[in-house]
Amino acid sequence: MTSEAQEFEMRVEALTKRFGDLEAVKGISFEVPRGEIFGFLGPNGAGKSTTIKMLCTLLKPSGGRALVAGYDIVDEASQVRRNIGLVAEKIILYDRLTAEENLYFYGRMNHLPEAEIKARSAFWLDRMGMTQWKDKLAGTFSTGMKQRVNIARALLTSPRIMFLDEPTLGLDPQTTRAIRQFIKELAEQGVTVILTTHQMVEAEMLCDRISIMDHGSIVALDTEANLKNLISDGKGAVLDLALEGLTDGMRQDLGALRGVMGLAEPEAGRLRITTNRPGVLSEVMRLVEGAGGTISSVNTLEANLEDVFLHLTGNEMRVEFAQSAPSGHRRGAAGRTSRVR
Amino acid sequence: MRKIHAFFMDALHVGNKDLKDFYRDRARIVAFLIMPIFMMLLTGFIFPSQSSLKDLPVGVVNLDGGPVAQQMLVVFSELKSGKSKVMKLQNLADEDAAKELIQEQRISGALLFPEGLSDSLASKQQGQVVIITDQSNPQISSMLTGMLEQTLANMGTQMSAQAIDDMAGGQISQDTITALVTPIQVQTRGLIPGNPNYFQFVAPGVMAMVTVMAVMMGLAGSVAREKEVGTLDGLLVAPIARGSIVMGKTFAQTVRGLTQGAMVLVLAMVFFGVRVYGSWPLLIIMLILGIFSFVGMGILISAMASEQETAMTIMMTLNFPMFFLSGAFFPVQQMPGFMQAISKVVPLTYVVEGLRQVMVLGAGIGQVWRSVAVLLAFGAVTLAIAIPAFNRVVTR
Repeated sequence: MTSEAQEFEMRVEALTKRFGDLEAVKGISFEVPRGEIFGFLGPNGAGKSTTIKMLCTLLKPSGGRALVAGYDIVDEASQVRRNIGLVAEKIILYDRLTAEENLYFYGRMNHLPEAEIKARSAFWLDRMGMTQWKDKLAGTFSTGMKQRVNIARALLTSPRIMFLDEPTLGLDPQTTRAIRQFIKELAEQGVTVILTTHQMVEAEMLCDRISIMDHGSIVALDTEANLKNLISDGKGAVLDLALEGLTDGMRQDLGALRGVMGLAEPEAGRLRITTNRPGVLSEVMRLVEGAGGTISSVNTLEANLEDVFLHLTGNEMRVEFAQSAPSGHRRGAAGRTSRVR
Repeated sequence: MRKIHAFFMDALHVGNKDLKDFYRDRARIVAFLIMPIFMMLLTGFIFPSQSSLKDLPVGVVNLDGGPVAQQMLVVFSELKSGKSKVMKLQNLADEDAAKELIQEQRISGALLFPEGLSDSLASKQQGQVVIITDQSNPQISSMLTGMLEQTLANMGTQMSAQAIDDMAGGQISQDTITALVTPIQVQTRGLIPGNPNYFQFVAPGVMAMVTVMAVMMGLAGSVAREKEVGTLDGLLVAPIARGSIVMGKTFAQTVRGLTQGAMVLVLAMVFFGVRVYGSWPLLIIMLILGIFSFVGMGILISAMASEQETAMTIMMTLNFPMFFLSGAFFPVQQMPGFMQAISKVVPLTYVVEGLRQVMVLGAGIGQVWRSVAVLLAFGAVTLAIAIPAFNRVVTR
């Protein structure tokens, strides 16, 4: 048990969190080896943030256990805290302290010696390209600049495990790219990274393994390639249609076709159909044209992570399709589609 | 030992950070400086004192026209409060004119000398002077009435003495006459020299209120703000004791509260002649105890509220009645019985009472120990509830 625990930087067993009647995390288990970038993918309310908060000792689990950096998150919370860095959804910086003062304060809070704080904050601010701004108040920074200082702050303690909750949300493309590159480098240096994201591209680009969460459970956990194989299996594909005259009845009928795993409408006049059976295309075309719709173009694509997600949580959408009243339907469908994206 | 040292050092860093965060916020600093000045000036000027009896317009209806009324008018017009005259007399035709001017709020009251006043007095009969008051302003009117009655009574005494002297034909000594006219002499003696004004009463109240409010609001507000902004998570994932976060914040807010309290006191002393008759160390101890007694409440509120706005709303709801019930502005003894009972469970009452005892009456620890004990107990009990509640809330 002990030797096993040492192989893994993180070991989670049947971790559960209940808020009153709501079971936000339903007994999830997984292990993360050292230096891996481990991704959590899932819609809002799937339980990603709750899981991260438990692993960071910010929430007490209702059941199960977890070892982070070899320490129990409940009984050895203080040891866990010494070994982790957190970039939470909200930026952890004080607006009325300068970049350097923020780092100094957190260094102090983590009991680093003064000289060490100075050296490390100079290093990380330089690494994040923020040296020339170090004496400016954090409140005057753009979101991207704040996030760079925020990451420097989390790294100040040289954590073994970095938790990053939506680290590139709302950032400009340059900063996003820089931060993604940086995360990769961290992992190469042996830091274990736990990343949550809404962005499929980010997960595909960075994560060694991805865990897809929905309704508080891990519905799939594997490498990107294996996840894609889950649906395509060599025979499936994604049909990207440009069409006019899509009706609620059509959506319902398409969803009910054998071999259709999910429907998504990335924009008006476009429909993405995930399939796991060859030959669905002709049936789809027949159905649409028979119901008075016009298809102007068809692309057959390889499945991406979004399609995998759709596939894994697609069942729920079909149930909702079947149940929702025809009139209020379009908005609901679009809402769900955007949630998936 | 090292743990204790780390605990206090962590608290100190948190407090230092909070203070830095505070004094860099210009809007908050301005409010912070203006608030005590406002509080002191407002409470000082809103309530009438002797000095508000100044150039009050008073109507005179002189139907007598004789020497007595004339003599009284000279005395009244010369009445002074401090350096300024109390009344500005204006002659009116009749009682109806006086009533009309009071209704129009153009005079604060009127004096009516009925016809034949001088004649009655000359023929050794009782004379009558009527004071017409403005009941819409009870404070001023009762003070004005008091002053007029007092003056008239003095004049009456002089008249009696004169009359007795006349009747006895110089056979009775002046001392005996005085003893006959006013057999009982009343002497009022306070514990401190002079006549304390309302400021002396209200300054300890405002000081207690401003200090305690600053700490409680500041504490709840700063925890709630960190929760809202997200920086609290940064503190919670650091390997420091939760208690040192609370302690550091309390430390910062205490500095803030004491500064504001000191400002009130300095203003009161410089501009309103308030003096501290008791010991300074005891005064500071009372203030710190007051803060201590409220820290638990502040933490409890910050634990309950997830947003700053919620915390502030709860604060306002609690604070407003508390200020009135504590006797900060009005003596508790003036309140009806049930309110006096409530005021006994409001800790601010004991801060105000204790401060007032020390500042106005020069009381020592022997006289304020009851307030000290209540504040210590209240603080300890609320903290014992608040700290576990805070810990539970931050790690649910």
